[in-house]
Amino acid sequence: MQALFSQLVAGLSLGSVLLLAALGLALTFGQMGVINMAHGEFMMAGAYTAFVAQGLIADAGTSLLLAIPLGFLVGGVMGVVLEATLIRRMYHRPLDTLLVTWGVSLILQQAARDIFGAPNVDVRAPNWLSGSVNIGVTHVPAARLFILVLAVAAVVGLSLLLKMTALGRRIRGVVQNRDLAETVGISTRSTDRLTFFIGSGLAGIAGVALTLLGSTGPTLGTSYIVDAFLVVVAGGIGQIKGAVIAAFGLGLLQATFEYSTTASVAKVMVFVVVVVFLQIRPQGIFSVRTRSLA
Amino acid sequence: MSILPLRGRPVRAVAVLVVAGLALAGCGSRVGDSGVSGSPATSCVDTSGSTVKVGFLNSLSGTMAISEKTVHDSLALAAEQINASGGVLGKKLQVVSEDGASEPTIFAEKATKLISSDCVAAVFGGWTSSSRKAMLPVFEGANSLLFYPVQYEGLEASPNIFYTGATTNQQIVPALDYLKQKGVKSLFLVGSDYVFPRTANKEIKAYAKANGIEVKGEEYAPLGYTDFATIVNKVKSAGAGAVFNTLNGDSNVAFFKEYRNAGLTPAVMPVVSVSIAEEEINGVGLDNVVGQLTAWNYYQTIDSPKNTAFVQAFKGKYGQNRVTSDPMEAAYTSLFLWKAIVEKAQSFKSDDIRKAAGGVSYDAPEGTVTVNGDNHHIAKTALIGKVGPDSLIHTEWSSGAPIEPDPFLKNYDWAKGLTG
Repeated sequence: MQALFSQLVAGLSLGSVLLLAALGLALTFGQMGVINMAHGEFMMAGAYTAFVAQGLIADAGTSLLLAIPLGFLVGGVMGVVLEATLIRRMYHRPLDTLLVTWGVSLILQQAARDIFGAPNVDVRAPNWLSGSVNIGVTHVPAARLFILVLAVAAVVGLSLLLKMTALGRRIRGVVQNRDLAETVGISTRSTDRLTFFIGSGLAGIAGVALTLLGSTGPTLGTSYIVDAFLVVVAGGIGQIKGAVIAAFGLGLLQATFEYSTTASVAKVMVFVVVVVFLQIRPQGIFSVRTRSLA
Repeated sequence: MSILPLRGRPVRAVAVLVVAGLALAGCGSRVGDSGVSGSPATSCVDTSGSTVKVGFLNSLSGTMAISEKTVHDSLALAAEQINASGGVLGKKLQVVSEDGASEPTIFAEKATKLISSDCVAAVFGGWTSSSRKAMLPVFEGANSLLFYPVQYEGLEASPNIFYTGATTNQQIVPALDYLKQKGVKSLFLVGSDYVFPRTANKEIKAYAKANGIEVKGEEYAPLGYTDFATIVNKVKSAGAGAVFNTLNGDSNVAFFKEYRNAGLTPAVMPVVSVSIAEEEINGVGLDNVVGQLTAWNYYQTIDSPKNTAFVQAFKGKYGQNRVTSDPMEAAYTSLFLWKAIVEKAQSFKSDDIRKAAGGVSYDAPEGTVTVNGDNHHIAKTALIGKVGPDSLIHTEWSSGAPIEPDPFLKNYDWAKGLTG
């Protein structure tokens, strides 16, 4: 029974990690249709932001909390720069975008190697995040609980932004029908840029959070980018709630399979499930109804 | 140790193209080689001048560069020291460095180049088992020599390779002896999913069976895997006496963070690792590994005049913040061993070196090492270390004397049937 709850927690936690990694992508790939291979490197930039913050502020707790908004800024600014210099020029050439952003991701990885050195760096977890919390039935590592809370907060924040604010309405308007949005006077340029800023910023936050679980090195992003795309595709392009369900679903599936088999087999089985699912429902869990012709 | 390169999927597609291109290029040069291998006596090594060429072949780019660059650094230090003290047989070493680029096929290519076009007397380098296995036919075909400096999974003894890292009976078996001596009754095995951990765990299970130790579980994670919640759950609920860790690379970071977060400590369930050396501790995070155990043949903290001199020379050349580790020391030692063998043989020829090699010993930073003439491995002292709060590893237990290399585990009854 204890093991069952531990696995449930492990699955939810893995889901929250996937969700954090995929949320920004759900916005840039899902809503804008940009295949940004450098999304993982924005996560890496967020992780290194946490490392730099720790160098400036000795207290691990303060620096981590500070690194979250900083990581958002760093990721966001990098995203806007990428959007303004390269992606803007190829909105209608998805394959070129893929290649160009992949090239950018390699450049960013090498830049990280040159700046921070090739070996991994250590981001210390604050004391209140090492160790575990007793939730009655089982113990949950505090760091994983923190990431779960962070992921939920990010989703709530993003949903509120999309539903409640004028900016959110503009973003949704542009996604659903770009031409019509333009005709009614919405600046699609600045909307695109802002959307990309938020999506890339979320990657930065994910990077900060991931320092609590894994290694902080130049290749951090590449370990998550495939899973992040998987979540967005399975969830249904253009839907935040689809990404949420897909992330937790895949996390729970992975944890369940892994407990009864091995990590490698579980990974394969998750892929098989997603492939079969997409055969039945190519549009993912949810699909957005748009009036655009594309 | 054999670490396969970790790569993202898109990288792989391009890598396939690159490899395909190289394979084609390789075909051309291999046709030429077969002519050379037919008459190995026609080695083009030129020893008539006042210098002799040696090749250093390490990955200076790609995934393995992190580790192999350090080996290259210590080889360069050894060459500098040998030249400062008059060279080998009165000849200064002229180093030709090549980049293996973390790709086995490139290692084979560059080895061919070093042997037949640069005409080096011997090559030093390689790290992953796949790079060594790719180079092996090149060295055997040209009857040239490779000095390989990293601990590996054993079960190999080429007449053209000298293995200066540990084989299993000098690292894994002593680690098990140590745990048994400490009263550990059960083990949990965690490793990366490829040949080295799987081979090592096969040996560990045979040892455990013969020594009444229960193996409570065996888990493999794909290379580069970063979510260890489930595996650590399994480890925790199994409640073994110790964990034997053959994970490689970044996975170690995620594993140790999760391990610590789950409330597991060295006091509750110690972890013995065979791939975490001084160089890796900062990346894994000192807080996460402090107090955990490692199995190697050398630590920077070894207290001997020879090691103090080595560490000082290394820090002097490359910076005070640098550390020295087992593979670096084994590489440093390999160059001096080659020098000692050449001076005993009074010749740079492969055949003469092979004949003279048996019994040659060198007073290395790790202690005295001796070449075994039959299997070309070297007798080394096994050391179990504990990660200290100073980010260095301190010897907890020593085998006391050098252990004779036994790559095929012939002298261990429990290993019968493993190597058949």
